[in-house]
Amino acid sequence: MIINSRFFNRSELMGFIALAAVLFVILPLTLDVFRLNLVAKYLTYAFVALGLVLCWGYGGILSLGQGVFFGLGGYCMAMFLKLEASSVENTKIQSTPGIPDFMDWNQITALPLFWQPFHSLTFTIFAIILVPGLFALIIGTAMFKRRVGGTYFAIITQAVAAILTILIVGQQGYTGGINGMTDLRTLKGWDIRPDHAKIILYFVEVVLLFACIGIAQFIRLTKLGRILVAMREQEDRVRFSGYSVANFKIFAFCMAAIFAAIGGAMFALNVGFMSPSFVGIVPSIEMVIYTAVGGRMSIFGAIWGAILVNFAKTSLSESFPQLWLFGLGALFIAVVLAFPNGLSGLWADYVQPRIDQLFASRRAKAGWNDNSVADGAPAE
Amino acid sequence: MSDEANKGLLSPLRRKLLMGMAAVPAITMLPRASFAQAPATSAVNTTGLAVTDTEVTVGILHSATGTMAISETGSIQAEKLAIEQINAAGGVLGRKIKFIQEDGASDWPTFAEKAKKLLVNDKVAAIMGCWTSASRKAVLPVVEQYNGMLYYPTFYEGLEQSKNVIYTGQEATQQILAGLNWIAKEKGAKSFFFIGSDYIWPRTSNKIARKHVENVLKGKVVGEEYYALGSTQFNSVINKIKLTKPDVIFTDVVGGSNVAFYKQLKAAGVDLAKQPLLTISVTEDEIDGIGGENIAGAYACMKYFQSLDNPNNKAFVSAFKKMWGEKTVIGDVTQAAYLGPWLWKLTVEKAGSFDVDKIAAASPGVEFKGAPEGYVRVHENHHLWSKTRVGRAKLDGQFELIYETADLVEPDPFPKGYQ
Amino acid sequence: MFGDYSIGDLGSIFVMQGFAGLILFSVYVLMALGLAIIFGQMGVINMAHGEFMILGAYVTWMTSNLFQTYLPSLFSGYFFLAMILAFLASGALGMVVEWVLIRHLYKRPLDTLLATWGLSLMLQQAYRSVFGAREVGVELPQWMLGSLHVTDSIEVPINGVFVMGLTVLITISVAYVLYMSRWGRQVRAVVQNRVMAGAVGINTEKVDRFTFGLGCGIAGVAGSAFTMIGSTGPTSGQLYIVDTFLVVVFGGAASLLGTIASAFSISQTQSTLEFFMSGSMAKVLTLLAVVGILMLRPQGLFALKVRK
Repeated sequence: MIINSRFFNRSELMGFIALAAVLFVILPLTLDVFRLNLVAKYLTYAFVALGLVLCWGYGGILSLGQGVFFGLGGYCMAMFLKLEASSVENTKIQSTPGIPDFMDWNQITALPLFWQPFHSLTFTIFAIILVPGLFALIIGTAMFKRRVGGTYFAIITQAVAAILTILIVGQQGYTGGINGMTDLRTLKGWDIRPDHAKIILYFVEVVLLFACIGIAQFIRLTKLGRILVAMREQEDRVRFSGYSVANFKIFAFCMAAIFAAIGGAMFALNVGFMSPSFVGIVPSIEMVIYTAVGGRMSIFGAIWGAILVNFAKTSLSESFPQLWLFGLGALFIAVVLAFPNGLSGLWADYVQPRIDQLFASRRAKAGWNDNSVADGAPAE
Repeated sequence: MSDEANKGLLSPLRRKLLMGMAAVPAITMLPRASFAQAPATSAVNTTGLAVTDTEVTVGILHSATGTMAISETGSIQAEKLAIEQINAAGGVLGRKIKFIQEDGASDWPTFAEKAKKLLVNDKVAAIMGCWTSASRKAVLPVVEQYNGMLYYPTFYEGLEQSKNVIYTGQEATQQILAGLNWIAKEKGAKSFFFIGSDYIWPRTSNKIARKHVENVLKGKVVGEEYYALGSTQFNSVINKIKLTKPDVIFTDVVGGSNVAFYKQLKAAGVDLAKQPLLTISVTEDEIDGIGGENIAGAYACMKYFQSLDNPNNKAFVSAFKKMWGEKTVIGDVTQAAYLGPWLWKLTVEKAGSFDVDKIAAASPGVEFKGAPEGYVRVHENHHLWSKTRVGRAKLDGQFELIYETADLVEPDPFPKGYQ
Repeated sequence: MFGDYSIGDLGSIFVMQGFAGLILFSVYVLMALGLAIIFGQMGVINMAHGEFMILGAYVTWMTSNLFQTYLPSLFSGYFFLAMILAFLASGALGMVVEWVLIRHLYKRPLDTLLATWGLSLMLQQAYRSVFGAREVGVELPQWMLGSLHVTDSIEVPINGVFVMGLTVLITISVAYVLYMSRWGRQVRAVVQNRVMAGAVGINTEKVDRFTFGLGCGIAGVAGSAFTMIGSTGPTSGQLYIVDTFLVVVFGGAASLLGTIASAFSISQTQSTLEFFMSGSMAKVLTLLAVVGILMLRPQGLFALKVRK
């Protein structure tokens, strides 16, 4: 891998510009609020995909439990919003007003202790980062210090996802059970449901996403990122060179967990509820799918993967619910068998050279103007 | 009148179109307004819904894929049948009903997303949909925010009431209390063992049942157990049942778990002919998977059985089978889903408008005499007055009606003394 | 909680509960055996394992329907034929899958996980299209229903005994095939050193295909046995997959004995806990214990070598 001294090399810069143009300008101008809100939902998975690029693509650690962190972040946010939505006057119909409705249905008469701090937004924001981060730290330390291998790690994270789902569903008095936490309304008195709020939330989310891209890119370019890649290729050599392989793995895993948690929190804000169906095994594997389809080695590829697969899911399942699962399954097998680097790999192998060619010929004639790179065909 | 029409119209080509006519004698009872000249669109639609001079669009929102597809398919079929029958009878305010079907894919956020799409993009006049409590809870804020109208078919836990929802299934007290009273009286039952799937509906239902058993029937609950959705191992709870020897096993296990539960119950030597079992979650649909031989003898308590002997139901069952095949079975929820489009049509005609606010206001008091379950009426709280019935499962997968309440039972989603 | 019961009641309940644990044990062993071969011996993470089981269940269902329609007199014996057919069907599908998909991925075990997950989605949709979304119930012959009456309070379900017997039989045959037969020696040789095995003239590709087929075939038999106690729907297979993987990993992937020991300890723990608390909490605690022990002892109960 060639290390570039600049923050982005040229193709990355183009990827960055293209993504920023699409997310900041093109989509908000062309889509109605309903579709834009859908994009916001897709983008929450882009956070997870970004984390997976770090820990799976670069670090070689496949986690099948990203839903756990997504869920933890989402539930932290949802708990705050739910408390705000459960003010005494909103819930006066209940036998105990002032507590979330699902607690009332489950004969809980006082707010449980661990819910109390979630009255504070500051605490909530810290919790969104720290709870999943610490949880990842514990799992990571226990596993990597003992040098648990890739497949075992994958299976155990999967089991953790299963456990957390059963726990959330089983403890419905405290968590809302399988219904999840619904009907989230306001953030510090600001209604998150109307159209203008959705637009603002969308932009907040995109800005956050770019901040995370920056962090990921920074990690990649520092020595840390290079050690991650070296570790994936030849773990023993890195270890023999005196590095603590486990610590780097734990770091990558924790970062991935935190990114996923931010995505989960944004999900709760944008979609207006949180439920255990985002925590379990199936959503966790789907998150890996987005990353794999987009390209596990490419930050921008993974984000495109999350957006495109989800977009396909919505539109295909609208028109051909039968075909959707076949299509998704086949896509997945195809990605693994034929192009392991996903869409970004295809791009790098087939589209990029053409663009380069184009640029080369254009530059000879005139300056370069735009990024109309749809299929590499000459413009005029 | 509809019988006459039926005779001349047996051409297979036209059968589908005419099935509606053949099916519901109740059509003859409908207000003549439905056949009259259609009123102007601007008058009946002041809020920009998808209503034209000839058509009105409604949404159908159920899971066609995923784990819940098993249960929700029947509801989709029933709603399509009702819409076709209404169109064959002249439509609503002179307009044909067109439907847009969306797939909730057994995924609650997808339900919310699709509900939003139906309301915001398609401007549907009403949504027939949802099945599980979770999907309803996800959709509810959306229909309230965008002022839609949802017709929800499933029997459910209550504790909810909304201007924007008509609950065509029974709420928990309506369904449970009559059944418990009956079994206490008939079998002299004093001790009960509750077993359910682990989510809000069984837990709330069991809570209500427990209060009723302890406070009203002066009986005792000797056990209460919950298993995760999809569980297939019930041997432990069956042992507990054998140990505690309850007079009645009261179950609200849902979905695929049922199959495992009844098979294992039978294998453990629990004879349902001798050990009374009252279920509120097994309809004809579920027996299809459980197998009649595994559950024969169990009592089920709900408002509708396919075997009900009345002219409305006979017409409904034959129309349903004609449309969806001889082998299909019809459960309680399927029937309740069938009520949705009809109640909406009747309400629209009563209100003289498609506007959601007017429909919500006009809903209380709307009567549907042609319901397969018999006469139903919408209550002030947007639930239905309906009878509660107890049936005994037979080997062929049908229920035999054992008992029905004399009067319609009042829906009470926030029951005093049961919370 | 024992105050209300007599000693006799308690005694029989422990017997019954132990028996319930044994049934769960058999179920786990049946599920895990095929996976232990595929994952333990070949290192392939087969996420579609549940779907191979469900194929066996559907084959059983079709066989029972055929017998009911055409050979009602032989209905009482259909189950044995159904199990053989289930084995053949799942095994054949397994070999096809190995040829099309898995053989390209032996060097990338994590990718087998992703590819087989895609496969499982496709199979689920295929089942849904062919058999419908509803769950189907398999009608059992009369002799399999009911229970043996031991004492007034102890009843032994016949299908439970049947599943247990089947488990023992299959386990012994698998052990025999793997450890005694010529082919089993080839399998183990390929697992331990593929290049050397090839060098001494073993057709490694063929061995791989048959090993994968065997694992899937056993999954089919497990599915067939499941129709006696559970339900069959397009997505039923997914329910078992995590449990199954945990059993195999907990046992130590490469060890048949480990799989059996781990199935036994997990099932007995869960079954005992279930008696004292709700089903979901019992499951959570069991899984937590398994994960906890795996964190302390990643190589599982019985293992030669796991570290990479």
